Amino acid sequence: MKFGVVTFPGSNCDFDAFAAVRDSIGQPVEFLWHRDADLKGCDLVILPGGFSYGDYLRVGSIARFSPVMKSVIEFARSGGLVWGICNGFQILLEAGLLPGAMLNNRSLRFSCRQVYIKTETTASAYTKHVPLGAVLKIPIAHSEGNYYAPDDVLDKLEESGRVAFRYCGLDGQLADEFNPNGSARHIAGILNEERNVLGMMPHPERAMEVILGSVDGYRLFTSVVKTFTDNVLETEEVA
Amino acid sequence: MKVIVTVHLKPGVLDPQGVTISNALLSMGYTGITDVRAGKVFELVIDDGDTEATRQKAEEIAHRLLANPVIETYTVEVLR
Repeated sequence: MKFGVVTFPGSNCDFDAFAAVRDSIGQPVEFLWHRDADLKGCDLVILPGGFSYGDYLRVGSIARFSPVMKSVIEFARSGGLVWGICNGFQILLEAGLLPGAMLNNRSLRFSCRQVYIKTETTASAYTKHVPLGAVLKIPIAHSEGNYYAPDDVLDKLEESGRVAFRYCGLDGQLADEFNPNGSARHIAGILNEERNVLGMMPHPERAMEVILGSVDGYRLFTSVVKTFTDNVLETEEVA
Repeated sequence: MKVIVTVHLKPGVLDPQGVTISNALLSMGYTGITDVRAGKVFELVIDDGDTEATRQKAEEIAHRLLANPVIETYTVEVLR
């Protein structure tokens, strides 16, 4: 399974994501340059964390108009796997691939620490091999992670099981004290309707090795690889 | 032609900056301030000749880039 990691000017988690794929899960991976429309035949595109275009105007607002995003949007609309992490999630919102928008953290502070998130659905490649309700320890690092959407949109997300992760306590309990940024309904990650696009604020690529404090990010990476590989095998069998 | 685009968070969308400014004003001793909303102002110079065409272009720019219609509203003012 071939991964692509997009580098925008100001991306700073692109190497982390690249290393997570190459070293931790041992899959082929290539960098994709923001000015190139070529996705190099990748099976999954990661929009990494960072401060694309200096976070000018609004987080993610300039990146969405870059040449690579035209291809990413087309790729996503044709069913391709697109995984937006932190700034990548913000770009997916600005691009309209996911509903809603990001506001400043309730605290107005940049928040960089380990948090717990609860897996709210297994109906996605990213979470298919993670038990429903599993609590994952994954770090956040952002100023604008306060997810907002109108109530009817939030209702729809919940009814269709498209909330992928919520911030929670160690035992999966939901409460304001475990919500690091004021995000609506404690949302930490969401899926699009077709469930091939995932946006999440926490950084799984920073939770790949024991020395980093958690290996729970590894579970998401292996889930997506296993789901993809199984699908390919199935398709080949049918053919 | 100079065009002023003003962008604000929609009413009802929490504005943490506005709340912080409001709290600062209270601690500075100001009374009677019941709400503060922070926003952004953009000054564009557009050489299109026609006022109506300029307005339409500025509206489109505001809608597509300067504001995020999910959370923000904007006004467009064309100056002579």
